[in-house]
Amino acid sequence: MNDPVTAIQAGAGVLNPADIAWMLVACAMVLLMTPALAFFYGGLVRSKNTLNTMMMSFASLGVVGIVWALAGYSLAFSPGSSWLGGSGYLLLRGVGIEPNGTIPHVLYMAYQGTFAIITAALISGAVVERIKFGPYLAFICLWTLLVYAPVAHWVWGADGWLAGLGALDFAGGTVVHINAGMAALVAALVVRPRHDYGRQALVPHNVPFVLLGAGLLWFGWFGFNAGSALGANGKAAIAFVNTMLAPSAALTVWMLLDFVRSGRPTAVGAATGIVVGLVAVTPAAGYVSPLGALAIGALGVVPSYFAIRWRSRTRLDDSLDVVAAHGLGGLTGALLTGVFAEKAWGGTDGLLAGNPRQVVIQLVACLVTLAYSGVASFALLKVIGFLVPLRSREGLEATGMDLTMHEEEAYASGEGAILIDEMSMFDPAVGLVSGIAASPSGATGGAA
Amino acid sequence: MRLIVAIVRPEKVNDVLGALFKADVKGVTISKVQGHGGETELVATYRGNRVKMALQEKVRLEIGVSDPFVDVTVQAILQSARTGEVGDGKVFVIPVEKVYRIRTGEEGRAAVTPVLRAG
Repeated sequence: MNDPVTAIQAGAGVLNPADIAWMLVACAMVLLMTPALAFFYGGLVRSKNTLNTMMMSFASLGVVGIVWALAGYSLAFSPGSSWLGGSGYLLLRGVGIEPNGTIPHVLYMAYQGTFAIITAALISGAVVERIKFGPYLAFICLWTLLVYAPVAHWVWGADGWLAGLGALDFAGGTVVHINAGMAALVAALVVRPRHDYGRQALVPHNVPFVLLGAGLLWFGWFGFNAGSALGANGKAAIAFVNTMLAPSAALTVWMLLDFVRSGRPTAVGAATGIVVGLVAVTPAAGYVSPLGALAIGALGVVPSYFAIRWRSRTRLDDSLDVVAAHGLGGLTGALLTGVFAEKAWGGTDGLLAGNPRQVVIQLVACLVTLAYSGVASFALLKVIGFLVPLRSREGLEATGMDLTMHEEEAYASGEGAILIDEMSMFDPAVGLVSGIAASPSGATGGAA
Repeated sequence: MRLIVAIVRPEKVNDVLGALFKADVKGVTISKVQGHGGETELVATYRGNRVKMALQEKVRLEIGVSDPFVDVTVQAILQSARTGEVGDGKVFVIPVEKVYRIRTGEEGRAAVTPVLRAG
C-alpha cells in the first residue's frame, strides 16, 4: 500500500502463495489491534465508562467495516483523480480474487479495511466519557468516507499527489496517525471538556487493561507494518524488525524520563511509550536500518512525553492524549523518517544520507494532512452537532456512560438486580421491589 | 459529641470531601454501600434480559465531631452533595456516648480534635 508502484496493479502480477499466506495473517493481526485499543482506552477511563469506551472501538469493527466495503475502498483506491479515487469499486464491484500485486485484490481490500477501522477508533480517545454513542458512530462513518479515504488516496493511491511528491509513509504515519490525531484535537475542542475535567482527579480504573492493550497493539502492529510490504519478502522482514526495535527504545526512554522526573517509572507510562514508539516507526518501518529504528523510537517519544504532561494542565480535554501520542508521535515519526531513511534499506535517501530535501517533503505531507483533516473533521462535527446533541446531559454523564448509553455495567455486582418484563412466575420478586420503594425511609436499614 | 453519618452519591464524594476540607473538618471514614431511597430505578439489559437495578451505589461518610462543628459539617455536606434530583441521600446526626483516640487514649472532645502534624 505504501509503495505506490506495487499498490495498484489490479489485474497485473501473479498470485504468490507465500505472500497470500502472510497477508491473510497480517490482516487478522491488524484487525486485532482494534480490540487491543479498546482495552488500552478502556483501562484508562473511570469504571462507570469502561464499556462505552471499549464499545467506541468495537463498534468501529462493525460500522466502519461496512462503510469501507460499500464505498470507502473505492474512494481511496479505485483509479480516479490525484485528489480522490473514483467510483469503480463501489459495492466492491470488480474486486475479486484476481491478483493485485501478488495477492488477491479482495484480500488487499480487506487489509486496507482493517486500517480504516482502527484509524476511526483512535479518534474516540479524545471524546470518551461524554460524547453520545449515536453521533459518535455517525461521525466515524462519515469521517472514514470524507477524510480517511481521500488522505489514503493522496498517499497510497497509484495516482495520489502526495505519493507523486515523493513523501515516504511506509505504513500510515500521515494517513492513520497524523490524520486521526488532528481529528481528535478538533473533536476534543468541539465536544468540549468532560464536566469533571479540571475539577476532580480522573484516574485510570484498570492499569492492567492498559498494559494488556499496549501488548496486543504491539503484536498487531507487526501485521500493520510488516504487512505493508504486501508480501512475504525482505522488506516485510526489515519492517518487522524495526517494529520490534523502535518500541523497545521508546519504552526504555519513557521509563528513563519518568525516572528522571519523579524517580518512579510508571506502568501507564510504559504502555504509552510502547504505543508512541510504534506510531513513530510506522512511516519509517520499511525505509530505515534497525539502528535507525532504535533512534526513531528513542527520539520519537520525547515530544509526546512532554506534550502529555503539558496537556493535562490545559483546558484541552483530549482525554486519552490521542493528539500527543498519535498526532505528535506521527508528526515526529514522519519527520524522522526523512532524517533516517536510506536507499540501502528500501527508502529514498534522507537527511543523514545527504538528502535534506526529503525532510521538507515529509513536512509538506504532514502539514497538508493536518490542514485537511482539521478543517474537514471540524465541519463534519459541526453538521452532526447541528442535527443532534453531541453530549449527554450533565446528570447522565455523572451516572456514567455505560448505563446511560448501553444499559449495562462493566462491573455489576448483581446485588439488587431484579428481573423485569419476562417470567411472570417471579411476580413476587417484582412485588418485593415496589415493597422496598414504598416502605417508609428508615425501614430499609438506614440506606438513603 | 456527635457522629454524623451521610449517604451521598458516589459522583459527589469528591465535592463533599472538598467542602469538608474547606470547612476545616478533618477525619472522615468512607465506605461504598448500596441502598434505595425512592429514586427511579436504573434499568440494565444483558442478552435480552431486562434487569431493574433496585439498589443504587452510594457512599457513606462517617464523621465524629465536637458540638461546635456539627452545624458546619452538616451544612457543608448539604450544599456539596445536592443535585436536586431524587436520590441525593441523607445526613444523620447521632449522639455519641464516648470517643477515644487509640494512639493516645484521649477521650471526648480531644479525641475528635485534629492534631497538627500527627505525632
